[in-house]
This record gives sequence, C-alpha cells and structure tokens, in this order.
Amino acid sequence: MNPRKYLTLGAIVIFGALGDVLLKRGMQDLGTITLQNWPRAITAIFNPWVALGTLLLIGFLAGYTSALSWADLTFVLPATSLGYVIVPLLSIAILGEHVGLTRWLGILLVTGGVGFVAGGPSYTSKRDRQLIAEGKE
Amino acid sequence: MNLLGMDKRDIYTWASIAMIVIGSTAGDVLIARAMQHIGDMGELRRRVGFVAAAQRVLTEPRFWMGIAFMAIGYFSLVIAFSWADASLVIPASGSLTFVTNAFAARIFLHERVDKRRWFAAVFVAAGVALLSI
Repeated sequence: MNPRKYLTLGAIVIFGALGDVLLKRGMQDLGTITLQNWPRAITAIFNPWVALGTLLLIGFLAGYTSALSWADLTFVLPATSLGYVIVPLLSIAILGEHVGLTRWLGILLVTGGVGFVAGGPSYTSKRDRQLIAEGKE
Repeated sequence: MNLLGMDKRDIYTWASIAMIVIGSTAGDVLIARAMQHIGDMGELRRRVGFVAAAQRVLTEPRFWMGIAFMAIGYFSLVIAFSWADASLVIPASGSLTFVTNAFAARIFLHERVDKRRWFAAVFVAAGVALLSI
C-alpha cells in the first residue's frame, strides 16, 4: 500500500458518504416514489441536491473501480466502511437526524472492523485464485 | 396495504433495500472481475497513458454489466430515500451487502477470504446493523 492507494480509499469514503447524504437531502424535497409515479426516480436528477449527490457518487464509482484494480473486493469493502460512520455524523449535521447510544456502539464496531483488514494483505495472487478455483484451498 | 404486519412505508423501504443489495452485490462482483482482468490501473496508466488505460476499462463488457447493476442499486437508493432516513437505509443495505459480497467474492472471484477478513466482515456487518436500529 502506497500513499496514492490510501488517498484513493479516502476519496471513496468521502465521495460515497457525502453523495449519499446529498441524495437523501434532495429526496426530502421530492416526496415518496411509488409504483404509480416511478418515473420520478429518474426526473429526481433535476433536483440540485440529487444532481450534486449523483456527481459525487460517480466520483465514488471512479475511485472504487480504480481500487478494485489493485485490491480484493473483500479488502476494499471493509477498508472503506468508515463511510458508514460518516453518514450518521453528516445526518446529524445536515439532515438533523438523531444518533443514540446504540448507533455509537455500531460506529465503534465498524471502526474495529476497518482495523482488522487495514494491516492485512490487500490482494489475492493469480496463483492463489487458481488454487481456490480448483478447490485445493 | 398490509403484508406480514408491514405497512406501505415498510414494504417500499425494505423492498428498495433488497434491490440495493442485489444491485450492489452483482455490480461489485462484475466490476471487480473486470478490473481483475485489466490489472492495476495505476501501473497501466504509467505504461500506456491515461486515455488508453480508460479505453481498456470502457471497452470491457463486464464493466458495463456491473454499471447496469449499479444503476439498479442507485435508483433503488433514490426510492428508499424517498421513504426512509439515510441513517436507516445506508447501514441496513451496507450490512447486508457485506455478507452477500463476502460469499460472492469467494465463489465468483476466488478471493482468499481469511479469518482476518471474515472477522472484519462480521464486525462491520454487526456494527452497521446496530447503526440501523
């Protein structure tokens, strides 16, 4: 892992969390979407919050795609799970949602999970993949 | 509308969350498979330049199949957000996606999911589940 890779993981966390919160902020203005008015899920993009959130999620996807080119999916997912901590924090700050003791405990567990993978190997070699595919491991 | 004691809001919320999990898991696996095939983007960019590296990604069919599933996940997320709090939707869909992805990565991507990663998946899934309460 080099600084560029840590930076990519950081960008995934920030873009993903901010994108989700802005998307939610936009949907607060638009009302519920049902089977009867489903095209609203597409036209929602014209709401500025949804548009900005979607742009950030495209940035998230670019970083995510790049990370998956040098790390396993089962490494990238936990390594970027700090986003699940940031979403509740932003939900308090931007959306005015309440976060109680149970959610703080959840935040602690997520952070612990990130610690588990952070020090481990990030990629399964081609040879190991072959062995796993052949059921030899 | 009442199904298994759930009202209309619950049904839309959880059906959307289920679609997010399906779209994300299939999208994750397909994009990861595409990128495994292409190799490290950083190295590729240094070797052949940014445009050629981007072209390799954009001409990979599995990448676009992954994007199509990600799009299903995105629209399901928009619908879920129209019914429920972000602090419920994100942790709930995230924790379920963690578990489905750990299995899918082992089966379809042949990743070495060692004890450390299983512990991480269980910790994060449990933590994320607590976040949704």
